[in-house]
Amino acid sequence: MASEITPITMPKFGLAMTEGKVAGWMIAPGKPVKAGDELVDIETSKITNSFESPASGILRRQVAPNGETLPVGALIAVVADASVPDTEIDAFITRFQSEFAANNTSDEGAEAAVEPTLVTVGTHTLRVHDLGTGDATPLVLIHGFGGDLKNWMLNHAALAHGRRVIAFDLPGHGGSSKDVGPGTLEFFADVTAQMLDHFNLSRVHVMGHSLGGGIALTLARTAPGRVASLSLIAPAGLGAQVNMTFINGFIEADRTRALQDVLKFLVHDKSLIGRRMTDDVLRYKRLDGAQAALQAVAAACFPGGKQGDDLRPVLTGGQVPATLLWGEEDEILPVTEADGLPEAITRHVFSGIGHMPQLECASDVNGIVETFLKQHDH
Amino acid sequence: MQIARETLLRSYRAMRTIRMFEERLHVEFATGEIPGFVHLYCGEEASGVGVCANLTDNDTIASTHRGHGHCIAKGVGVAGMMAEIYGRSTGVCRGKGGSMHIADLGCGMLGANGIVGGGPPLICGAALSHKTLRNGAVAVAFYGDGASNEGSTLESLNLASVWNLPAVFVVEDNGYGEATAASYACAGTQKARAAAFGMPYFECDGSDFFAVHQASAEVIAHARAGNGPAMLHVHLQRWYGHFEGDAMTYRAAGEVAEARRDHDCLKLFRERVTQAALLEETALDEIDAAVADEIESAVMQAKADPLPQEPDLLADVYVRY
Amino acid sequence: MSKKSFRQAINEAIRLEMRRDPRVILMGEDVAGGRGGSAGIKDAWGGVLGVTKGLLEEFGEDRVLDTPITEASYIGAAAGAAVTGLRPVAELMFVDFVGCCLDQIMNQAAKFRYMFGGKARTPLVIRAMYGAGFNAAAQHSQALYPLFTHIPGLKVVVPSSPYEAKGLLIEAIRDDDPVIFLENKVMYDEEEDVPDEAYTIPFGEANLTREGSDVTIVAFGRMVGLANQAADRLERKGIGCTVIDPRTTSPLDRDTILECVADTGRLVIVDESSPRCNMATDIAALVAEEAFDALRAPIRRVVPPHTPVPFATVLENLYLPSVERIEAAVTSVMNVRVTEKA
Repeated sequence: MASEITPITMPKFGLAMTEGKVAGWMIAPGKPVKAGDELVDIETSKITNSFESPASGILRRQVAPNGETLPVGALIAVVADASVPDTEIDAFITRFQSEFAANNTSDEGAEAAVEPTLVTVGTHTLRVHDLGTGDATPLVLIHGFGGDLKNWMLNHAALAHGRRVIAFDLPGHGGSSKDVGPGTLEFFADVTAQMLDHFNLSRVHVMGHSLGGGIALTLARTAPGRVASLSLIAPAGLGAQVNMTFINGFIEADRTRALQDVLKFLVHDKSLIGRRMTDDVLRYKRLDGAQAALQAVAAACFPGGKQGDDLRPVLTGGQVPATLLWGEEDEILPVTEADGLPEAITRHVFSGIGHMPQLECASDVNGIVETFLKQHDH
Repeated sequence: MQIARETLLRSYRAMRTIRMFEERLHVEFATGEIPGFVHLYCGEEASGVGVCANLTDNDTIASTHRGHGHCIAKGVGVAGMMAEIYGRSTGVCRGKGGSMHIADLGCGMLGANGIVGGGPPLICGAALSHKTLRNGAVAVAFYGDGASNEGSTLESLNLASVWNLPAVFVVEDNGYGEATAASYACAGTQKARAAAFGMPYFECDGSDFFAVHQASAEVIAHARAGNGPAMLHVHLQRWYGHFEGDAMTYRAAGEVAEARRDHDCLKLFRERVTQAALLEETALDEIDAAVADEIESAVMQAKADPLPQEPDLLADVYVRY
Repeated sequence: MSKKSFRQAINEAIRLEMRRDPRVILMGEDVAGGRGGSAGIKDAWGGVLGVTKGLLEEFGEDRVLDTPITEASYIGAAAGAAVTGLRPVAELMFVDFVGCCLDQIMNQAAKFRYMFGGKARTPLVIRAMYGAGFNAAAQHSQALYPLFTHIPGLKVVVPSSPYEAKGLLIEAIRDDDPVIFLENKVMYDEEEDVPDEAYTIPFGEANLTREGSDVTIVAFGRMVGLANQAADRLERKGIGCTVIDPRTTSPLDRDTILECVADTGRLVIVDESSPRCNMATDIAALVAEEAFDALRAPIRRVVPPHTPVPFATVLENLYLPSVERIEAAVTSVMNVRVTEKA
């Protein structure tokens, strides 16, 4: 209470933000601040927004000066009662920053410094984001239809403590080459395996979302020895139903408004789908070959408007340990598709969440997956 | 040079068609039924036909406001042309262009042009296409003595030479640019202009089909062989005004009558082919009758054909907007 | 994906399309440069500001054509080539030179399709530099996009950034209608992340660079950046602005403009082209006619005065719209009170 110190950290404006620049303090050190007061302007690549103080008290320290760029979550100021001694404020700052550094730095350097790169895998060029090191079994993240590795932006770094985590853009998606061959789950699983070969990874955990979950299941079916475990978020392949209004709408929409309406199917909290996110998807869709790739994948994986692959045997067969995560309000693949599977496969159903729990309740997902991975690290 | 019988018949028919087409328009225009302006080619038939007899459908021509003759010579259908002049939706341009903008890209006719000097740059472009696509075709610009002074024309002579284009520049010199004589408006000579840009120059009497045919064969061969552009200067006379309704007060009394009498390309053609026993009078008479029927049908059809509708107003501004 | 300048993005767009389609050719004054010169070198300039550098080397003299200084003939040639099978990208070195070839654009290329009853396709792109800010003075600093917008049959593109320029130019080259593509000469060194691959941005679809509920700002080309800067400052004062970049003046995304004005009730238009009959005026008329009831304040235009572009820096700065003038215009429409009828 009286000795409470509140850290003010770099806020996250919108899903895509990873860092921000302190663009102008509005309250001077030593001055009082109330929760809700405009404290500082934060500039990102897309927008400059004023950040309101989450706490009341005295602004004891502006830790980050004007012009400094810091990652989301980093300490930028300290608010506390006037009675708290400076030495305690200093100690607090030191402790906070060293913990933050430990949680956000890998051996290669600060998280913000590692960018995705392009690698050649067979006839494909894949954009790959490779974070983390450590002895634990590596993890591969596979996004879904129309997505890209940024779908994992709230999960990737969080899961990369003590283990290598590789997220990549599937062929036809993101920054990878656009040739999708027959567009089948087998094709994508095969490219994934080739990518593992490229990185000399014989055995990995796999987390897949939606179509990426179907790809993960297919990989487990064709090469069970390579898959240490499956963390499946609303995966394809467990039922026939799929929201074709979304699939077809996603393929066809070439204007912002239309696409924004389609993207809203993906989440329960529709306000998460802003213009920024929509524009990012639109920029991908405008690339030569992107639309044709999506059409090919949809035709191969959802013939006649239904899911064409039955991958339930992979789970009922029990060869590979698996866990299922699903939003109760999923409008793309209904949560009921998770019913009727062996008890050994834990189901985590998130109420009030749509098709992308990895975004809508990221920390829950990260916690569950972290625990699950550790259980199957051998 | 021996000209094939087929070519002679076809050329006679083309000239006769132009003559009857234009004479009929002269009559019909006076009734007030034809909208806008028309510019008649009577007296100049041998020029367009003589040149086009040496061209194929792959070759391109561009014309002037006085474009009916070039259209017919290049193979644009008479019925479609007449309907266009009457502003019908069945016109070759769907009633959207009229007399001054008749075009048929399918047979290489880039259009009559309402802008004096509009054609030569376009022909440089068509020639550039033919050269780049290596299709062996040539592009021919018809323009008048008036247009020969336009900056765009002179630039085109330069550009075609600099880029060594398969372009042919045919100056149809009828002595008048609208109401002003070429003797006043044109400095120097067409010959000197060709020489100034380093291109070969040919000249011929435009009332003599054979002379035009011979000269244009040489000019076109030069360009087609990849030797760059060439100029053909055709001397001829127009029998009507700059536009229909022009009283031609700038021409001496009897000038037109003399032209009709002594420089009628059709009369001269008939005399020559029959005297040399190249074609029979009967064959020519048959053509005259057939053409008369064709023109008559075209006029009757055009007058009866549907007018464009309101959606046509907005259509075809863009391929996709 | 990498940081590319406006210049590089445009070069890349042309290069990718010339690789993809052998019918695409480039022509203009000194687009390579050096032809016939005593130094015996080719590609001496690559365009007066280097935009087309390197293209001669890759595509050769048959597809990269230096022209004499004869706009009427080569712009007309580009039009003629377009209707006979090629897809020319012709450069007008400065848009101000359109005076020398306006017939070929206005009466020929723009009108072929319509006059010939829908039977012609004219896949022509004319690129030109525009804009003031380099002390290039009256004959080398005009904008003139309203002139082209006025002519039915033309499409007119005014990109606002490197990413926009590449996508819009690729779209322009693939488009089957005559397109005037205007590049603000002051922007050539501006950089932004631009994908390496080819992509298109559709015509007639405006981009919103930001959204706010108080005022709608419409801006063109380089003015979009100024509008964004003004909006940043205004945000700190509690005024939220939507900034619309129409991307193309013809076709114009009327729907987005009208919808945003319906939301905010206030409109400021920033247009560096000469004020009589310019885009700001065109859009003001559109909004006044079709969104009158939504307006809570008069429409304000931030435009130059009705003068030629002056030479001296101090005068050119007075001439051009600025961040301060945009801020002032927005503030003024915010200060207008709506009076209730008695």
